[in-house]
Amino acid sequence: MISLLKKSPLNGKQWALMKLLISVAVIVIVLLGGLFLDEGRLVTNLADRNSPPSMDHLFGTDWLGRDMFTRTVRGLTLSIGIGLIGAIGSASIALILGMAAATMGKKADRMISWLIDLFLSVPHLVTLILIAFTLGGGFKGIVIGLTLTHWPSLARVIRIEVMQIRSAEFVQVSKRMGKPGWWIAVHHILPHIIPQLLTGFMLLFPHVILHEAAITFIGLGLSPHEPAIGIILSEAMKYLSTGMWWLVLFPGLCLLMIVRMFEQIGENLRLLTDSNGDRD
Amino acid sequence: MATLLVAICFISFLLMKNSPIDPIQAYIGADMFKVGPEQRAKIEQYWGVDQPLMVQFFHWGSAVLSGDLGISMIYRRPVMDVIGERFLNSLVLMLTAWKLSGVIGFVMGVVAAMKKGTWVDRLIKWYCFTLASTPAFWMGLLILVVFAVWLGWFPVGMGVPAGVLAENVTLMDRIQHLILPVLTLSMVGVANVSLHTRQKLIDVLASDYVLFARARGEKGFILFWRHGLRNVVLPAITLQFAAFSELFGGAVLAEQVFSYPGLGQATVAAGLRGDVPLLLGIVIFTAIFVFVGNLLADISYHVLDPRTREEGKV
Repeated sequence: MISLLKKSPLNGKQWALMKLLISVAVIVIVLLGGLFLDEGRLVTNLADRNSPPSMDHLFGTDWLGRDMFTRTVRGLTLSIGIGLIGAIGSASIALILGMAAATMGKKADRMISWLIDLFLSVPHLVTLILIAFTLGGGFKGIVIGLTLTHWPSLARVIRIEVMQIRSAEFVQVSKRMGKPGWWIAVHHILPHIIPQLLTGFMLLFPHVILHEAAITFIGLGLSPHEPAIGIILSEAMKYLSTGMWWLVLFPGLCLLMIVRMFEQIGENLRLLTDSNGDRD
Repeated sequence: MATLLVAICFISFLLMKNSPIDPIQAYIGADMFKVGPEQRAKIEQYWGVDQPLMVQFFHWGSAVLSGDLGISMIYRRPVMDVIGERFLNSLVLMLTAWKLSGVIGFVMGVVAAMKKGTWVDRLIKWYCFTLASTPAFWMGLLILVVFAVWLGWFPVGMGVPAGVLAENVTLMDRIQHLILPVLTLSMVGVANVSLHTRQKLIDVLASDYVLFARARGEKGFILFWRHGLRNVVLPAITLQFAAFSELFGGAVLAEQVFSYPGLGQATVAAGLRGDVPLLLGIVIFTAIFVFVGNLLADISYHVLDPRTREEGKV
């Protein structure tokens, strides 16, 4: 890393900012692409099926002659959307519970720690299957499932963070001045954990997207009519033995890329907001 | 832990209760039209579906405590039997992958830390970060395409060869069917351990005692063996035990891709086909499994780290 920095004209923070902007740009392009791509390429076209990647069909076509590139980009847009809703939901639960655990006394703290343990003691995927099963799958089931399963780790981080701030002088002074607890929480504690929250949110994102794809792949998630990545891959599985590798390779690779982009954003945000952040 | 387990039982029971699947309908299945409303009501009464929720929960709970998890609807066998048999298959898969990914991940982390800043380090780091964000099932599909379809080295799926009687299946057959899922699971599982080990070892190498050892002329493997190993192996082991929950999640996907007859595949089948008793049984079982993992992590700390033992005595 150090040798890399010496060569480039940018310093560490500028470098981080650059990476961040590039990642954001790629994601925006994918989103726009999903919105504006030609609908016509998604319809069944039996004359042109099972063709390997070419200039006309960048990712090839499937057994119904649908253009895989269009389907993939569509799927990514869908994934990002679900990831966004799921991550926002999880982050809000984490924020509320983390704050409550650290500010509302011993009893609340023990309750919430217990809740966190409860959610961590069953594998995510099993909880997801359970919730999707109860709600009958589909968009709603997935989003609720994802929201309910991803908050515990972030809630823990926020709880510890708030506990440190709580003992700081300015909070103590404010308390002596007779401000109510919620006022202190909003005005003195919240601003300090926003960077933590933001990074935590960005790092939650990849998890949410991956779990969405996984549960859809299993068949308990989105309905088979949606062009989600999980659906594409589970369909492709049936055609594997005929050697149609492009059905599998490209959609997964694109998902991997998007997930990495979000991780990059999270990492670099952490570097930028962390003042002593040069721990390679 | 006991309260947690009871809560898990209760919550999953509630979820099942509120699911859109009618247990009687699922039980009757295709014979829907042969069963009249009176008969239906009788079954309902026999099962106690019409009773209040808490009564039902206590019925079920006391049955679970006496080791009776009910009868699986898709396999038409007691849930305990299904879980037991499936889990044995999964255990082989998970244990092998667990050990492999632990050892390989640890070695990778050590190498990366010892060669910090060189291309080896950067390569390992890149691999780990990428693998950490790779969907496990996609990895499985790729491996399937390359090794089973293109190269034809390994069978495409299942736990045993198709069309062979159960008693004729040899150990070699089983191992051959095991290799690809294990490969998938270990490739994905490596990332966490090696990144943590790397970070930890870098911290250790920056310490005063390592500086002193270096000043005395120790270097390379000897240095690591004398001063690094003990310090980094402990967190790695703890981490590996605590990753039981992730491991199970990965196994669910890998088993689905390779149609390997393990517990993960049973979970998916139960979820897809509305087998309530089996799903409930599996949820409780995985919770215990994860708990055992955490317990082992704690115990390993006690056994391996003399410092915690000393504290325990005082």
